[in-house]
Amino acid sequence: MAEPVLEIANLAVAIKGSGDRPHAVRGINLTVGANEIVCVVGESGSGKSVTAQAVMGLLPKNAMEVETGSMRLQGEELTAKSDADLRALRGTRMAMVFQEPMTALNPVERVGDQIGEVLEVHTDLDPAARRERVLEMMRAVHLPDPEQMIDAYPHQLSGGQRQRIMIAAALVLDPALLIADEPTTALDVTTQAQILKLVKEMQGRKKTGVLFITHDFGVVSEIADRVVVMQMGRIVEQGPCEEVLRNPREDYTRMLLAAVPSMTPPRRSPVSGPIVLQTDKLFKTYGKRSLFQPKARIVHAVSDVSLTVRRGETLGIVGESGSGKSTVARCVARLVEATSGAIRIDDVDIASMKEAKFRPMRRRVQFIFQDPYRSLNPRRTVGEAIIEGPMNFGLPRKEALQRARDLMAVVHLSPDAIDRYPHQFSGGQRQRICIARALAMEPELLIGDEPVSALDVSVQDQVLKLLDEVRRKFDLAVLFITHDLRVAAQVCDRIAVMQRGVIVEQGTTSEVFAAPRHEYTRALFDAAPGRNREFFVDKAPEAALPH
Amino acid sequence: MSMYGYLFRRLLGTIPVMLVVAVFIFLMLRLTPSDPAAIIAGDNATTEQVAQIRSQLGLNRPMIEQFFIWSGNVLTGDFGESFFFKKTVASLIGERIEPTLSLALFTILIAVLVAVPLGVLAAHRHGSWIDRIVMGFSVLGFSVPVFVVGYLLIYLFAVWLNWLPVQGYQRISEGVGGWVQRLILPSLTLSVIYIALIARMTRTSVLEVLSEDYIRTARAKGQNERTVLFRHALRNAAVPIVTVIGLGIALLIGGVVVTESVFTIPGLGRLTVDAVLARDYPTIQAVILLFSFVYVMINLAVDMLYTLLDPRIRY
Repeated sequence: MAEPVLEIANLAVAIKGSGDRPHAVRGINLTVGANEIVCVVGESGSGKSVTAQAVMGLLPKNAMEVETGSMRLQGEELTAKSDADLRALRGTRMAMVFQEPMTALNPVERVGDQIGEVLEVHTDLDPAARRERVLEMMRAVHLPDPEQMIDAYPHQLSGGQRQRIMIAAALVLDPALLIADEPTTALDVTTQAQILKLVKEMQGRKKTGVLFITHDFGVVSEIADRVVVMQMGRIVEQGPCEEVLRNPREDYTRMLLAAVPSMTPPRRSPVSGPIVLQTDKLFKTYGKRSLFQPKARIVHAVSDVSLTVRRGETLGIVGESGSGKSTVARCVARLVEATSGAIRIDDVDIASMKEAKFRPMRRRVQFIFQDPYRSLNPRRTVGEAIIEGPMNFGLPRKEALQRARDLMAVVHLSPDAIDRYPHQFSGGQRQRICIARALAMEPELLIGDEPVSALDVSVQDQVLKLLDEVRRKFDLAVLFITHDLRVAAQVCDRIAVMQRGVIVEQGTTSEVFAAPRHEYTRALFDAAPGRNREFFVDKAPEAALPH
Repeated sequence: MSMYGYLFRRLLGTIPVMLVVAVFIFLMLRLTPSDPAAIIAGDNATTEQVAQIRSQLGLNRPMIEQFFIWSGNVLTGDFGESFFFKKTVASLIGERIEPTLSLALFTILIAVLVAVPLGVLAAHRHGSWIDRIVMGFSVLGFSVPVFVVGYLLIYLFAVWLNWLPVQGYQRISEGVGGWVQRLILPSLTLSVIYIALIARMTRTSVLEVLSEDYIRTARAKGQNERTVLFRHALRNAAVPIVTVIGLGIALLIGGVVVTESVFTIPGLGRLTVDAVLARDYPTIQAVILLFSFVYVMINLAVDMLYTLLDPRIRY
């Protein structure tokens, strides 16, 4: 076998100072061959990004350092290299693509210059030759109209285009190793499919070895040759992709795979409860032309949206970013005001109601947001967070606290934990607290705006189960906003697919998944990574679930 | 909205601002108890003499009439004649503007050239002794008054080391060497507080930017640390820094008054002090109008600079 591009042996990275563990990663052994894509999978905190940073020599200097082990790039030992030598290797023989194309590009520099920077640092090419090479590279990553785009700024490009720029910059000098750290996680599913295709194409072009970090088994099944599973700073299991996905040896891997929601919706009987929410021809338009600004930009965020949610029913709104799905949710909760149309909660139109009159009704509609790290005030205990709403509606503090304790038990947390602060909880626990906070208001309609998107897959599974549990227990109507078709398949009774502010298709989940009618829905399904694969493992996966 | 359209609107917007300033300063001067005629006439003048001077100056007319005469003249470019210096205000300002402009320019130049690299260095070596020294100096620079720094520097460089002249000003037309030599101490004095201010702002701003993803991207490209700092970090950190520099230039006016007194420089600062003491209405009004105009223009320039520094900012 030819010499591997990257060979990591017994790598340990120490965390300086007192962390919750002395090593970020330990005992890491892995290789990446030429023309091979190795996927490193793991949940947050598993050490997959630290491993990548260690290889690149980009570990945060005052927080972590390589303690022992060796890392060889095409046989050359990296651990012994000086900063200057490592700099010379970065961009030439190893390169990296990051997660957030929105923030990974310098916002005040033209994208062409940012690709050209690699050439500027590592080659003697003059500006004209650099530009020529950059254009060539932009064509290679299939960017439209490179001659125009080379002088654009990042904010003028879409997320997918920016990620192509990042890939072009990484590959412009044909490095032997490309490290991709969750390169598609922040992208829409259709864009993700295109970028995955591009990564594959580019690595095949020059036989690049790719170390691909992801948390998404769908993505793994699309592109990996081999898979490395990490947990808590250690490698749990590694092997050829098919083998790991089909016959995982370790419980942890099995648990991860079992937690990936199935694309096949479970059988559900139609819900016939009374209608709680009904929107009728809802519009939300941003921007307004006036006498002074006749050419002002008008954005139709939501157009002509009519939907209903019954008691005990979950309606999913599925769509990509910018489709208007969150705006619908915000209009319903009156966090933004609808431009026109009716929003009826229990047959009362709240769309144009005066705020003072509407306020008593606010209790009935409660929201769970995407990011549990930012939706709880870090300076207040979770108990205070939960009782604030009920107390605003006149519940005495003592009773409110009792309700908070009861609800903590409902969301499977210890009632005594109400005196703790949000930072003392994990992401999944915080989202449970957010659910308890919403339930404390005894709502009729619960709106979840991507409530599990920021969570690890195993935690996501638990939170989804909890949401389903409370929906049944309290007979709630649920409006569930998501971009993830797998999640939608599992929790929704009915689904509305949105594109550019319009509902293009609406129906029961099983109908839509079995026979999508609209071409956009079909495109969404085609783009879903690992769509033809069930990550179900039959050997009692429940036993491995941590509680 | 095009850039030129925006510029035009902003320039149009200066008109009401200047009008408000004009009314305000005119009223302020006349509503404070004091009589320029009495000051000009001197201690031994009779009431009739004072009254005569007052009518010569036009101060016996109704206030509203005085305002319209003055503002009408200003619109035709005539700022009137100084009560005290017996010259046209325009020529008076013309004489005094060079020293002040030189001083301001030197001060800002020194401040920016010293403070920005210091701030970047402090951010880069965050938490190190360099950082602590820069921050310590910054606190000191804020708290020590301009005249104390001035006399200290005079003592050190002029009296003790005898490297530079103690005081005075030499016009640029009389030799660039002497001009520079006499400007070093005053501008150094005046720049201390701006170095403190700008260095601190630069440090904070760069420090924030250094944790951004694109800094990591630049490092992943193999870019060296200096280029990462100055090309990627500094430009992204520039907007608040430029804002502070703009504010600094505007605030310079106050510092100029003190510094020009300490170093006996015949500039606008001194002129303002003398004019206020003599209740020289036309001069005070013209100088304040000039300062306000400069202030508005600097603000406009800073706003325009934003669009150069950050392509996302468009008006």
